[in-house]
Amino acid sequence: MRDLAWDAEAPPLVACHDLRFSAGGAVRLEVPRLHLRAGAPTAVLGPNGAGKSLLLRLLHGLIAPQEGRVIAAPEVRQAMVFQRPVLLRRSVAANLDYALRAAGEGRRARRARLPDLLSQFGFAASARQPARTLSGGEQQRLALVRALATAPDVLFLDEPTASLDPAATHAIETLLAQADAQGTKIVIVTHDPGQARRLGGEVLLLNRGRIAERTPATQFFAAPRSPEGRAYLSGALLL
Amino acid sequence: MQGFAESFASAAMLILTGDPALWEIVALSLRVSLTAVAIAALIGFPLGAALAVGRFPGRGAAIVCVNALMGLPPVVVGLAVYLMLSASGPLGVLQLLYTPAAMIAAQAVLVTPIVAALTRSAVEGLAAEYDEQLRSLGIGRLGAIPTLLWEARPALATAALAGFGRAIAEVGAVLIVGGNINHATRVMTTTIALETSKGNLHLALALGALLILLALAVNAAVAALGARPREALHA
Ligand SMILES: Nc1ncnc2c1ncn2[C@@H]1O[C@H](COP(=O)(O)OP(=O)(O)OP(=O)(O)O)[C@@H](O)[C@H]1O
Ligand SMILES: [Mg+2]
Repeated sequence: MRDLAWDAEAPPLVACHDLRFSAGGAVRLEVPRLHLRAGAPTAVLGPNGAGKSLLLRLLHGLIAPQEGRVIAAPEVRQAMVFQRPVLLRRSVAANLDYALRAAGEGRRARRARLPDLLSQFGFAASARQPARTLSGGEQQRLALVRALATAPDVLFLDEPTASLDPAATHAIETLLAQADAQGTKIVIVTHDPGQARRLGGEVLLLNRGRIAERTPATQFFAAPRSPEGRAYLSGALLL
Repeated sequence: MQGFAESFASAAMLILTGDPALWEIVALSLRVSLTAVAIAALIGFPLGAALAVGRFPGRGAAIVCVNALMGLPPVVVGLAVYLMLSASGPLGVLQLLYTPAAMIAAQAVLVTPIVAALTRSAVEGLAAEYDEQLRSLGIGRLGAIPTLLWEARPALATAALAGFGRAIAEVGAVLIVGGNINHATRVMTTTIALETSKGNLHLALALGALLILLALAVNAAVAALGARPREALHA
């Protein structure tokens, strides 16, 4: 893993200004300013309902902000992995092929790359298997490989290992470490402090729709700066 | 009038000996209804998908209309197509009235709403499931339609079969626009109606039996698609 550095001069990969999102008659997310730059992973922590998924979907452009702006340059490639993998009702290979084609790769390039992708990520034997017959852990790993296949600059993940066993979780984290080493910026929502620690980047703590603190992971777990951070780690942070 | 048992026996003979008059009628029925379903699918699949994912004014009303048209009485469709194709109608110059083409048109009108409505409900469910994932992959709302149609293929096959079942069994529309002309526009249902009224029961019975077999086959195919959702989905 690369060293913990976020180049404050580099232009952000994704940023938002004065972001506000209300739903159901309440402000669910309020982020005056957030710049995500290339560098070590960002783990988004926070209690249920804090607005973590909302933040990711806004940053990824799946929902439009009601107030404020999300700034994402079109040449910055983004991908997202959801909590529950959504695979197409096709073979494992066809799922990867679909993502490559959606990213604009030509037929010949895809035909050349697909076998490499499949074997590189351990799907050579199951290439022709219907993707939805894979186990939950395998499905999530395939969803991650599909997201990584286009070598995104930013990869958002929303609790990708929430329903996986330790081995499947480990497989996912290994792939994330590889992607990180290859320069993909990882932004991951997780409820597992251990996962945030293992990814070894920074922690972004959300509480009640606001960023309570943003600290390097080692520091966060040793001595959080905010009262919310202390409460979260002691298990006392409730909405 | 023949005895009942006698009629059954000669009906069975007609089927088993492959009576040419019988098979001519069956072949025309299949040709007309299969072509009508193919046309209905060509229109109904994309139309249903567009209704499922589109966001345009009048979408709700369009869905209500398509659903209501599912129950169109065949004689009304026959009448409407007749008016279009009759010599004084807007399409009269085509001189299609009393040809298989007119029958195909009528059945296509009858079946398209069924295919479109069933497609819409199937695609709508899938669209909700796939929406964020497809947009994340950079695929827009309209660009998603071919993907969603392919993902919904078992449901689309069921929709087409349901449409075929309706087309092959209806009598009103093909009778009005086809005219039940011997060796030209006579199909199974119109022949049954005519031969029964003439008291010529053995041909009517033979055709009726074949119709029931066809209906059974269609329903078995629908059941097979429904019973193996997992395999069918991945087929
Ligand atoms: N469309 C919506 N309508 C009403 N409320 C919404 C909507 N979207 C999100 N919310 C609310 O916004 C809040 C934040 O939701 P979000 O899904 O971002 O939480 P989260 O931090 O991801 O929680 P979890 O850890 O449980 O996944 C929740 O209280 C949720 O009920
Ligand atoms: Mg969430």
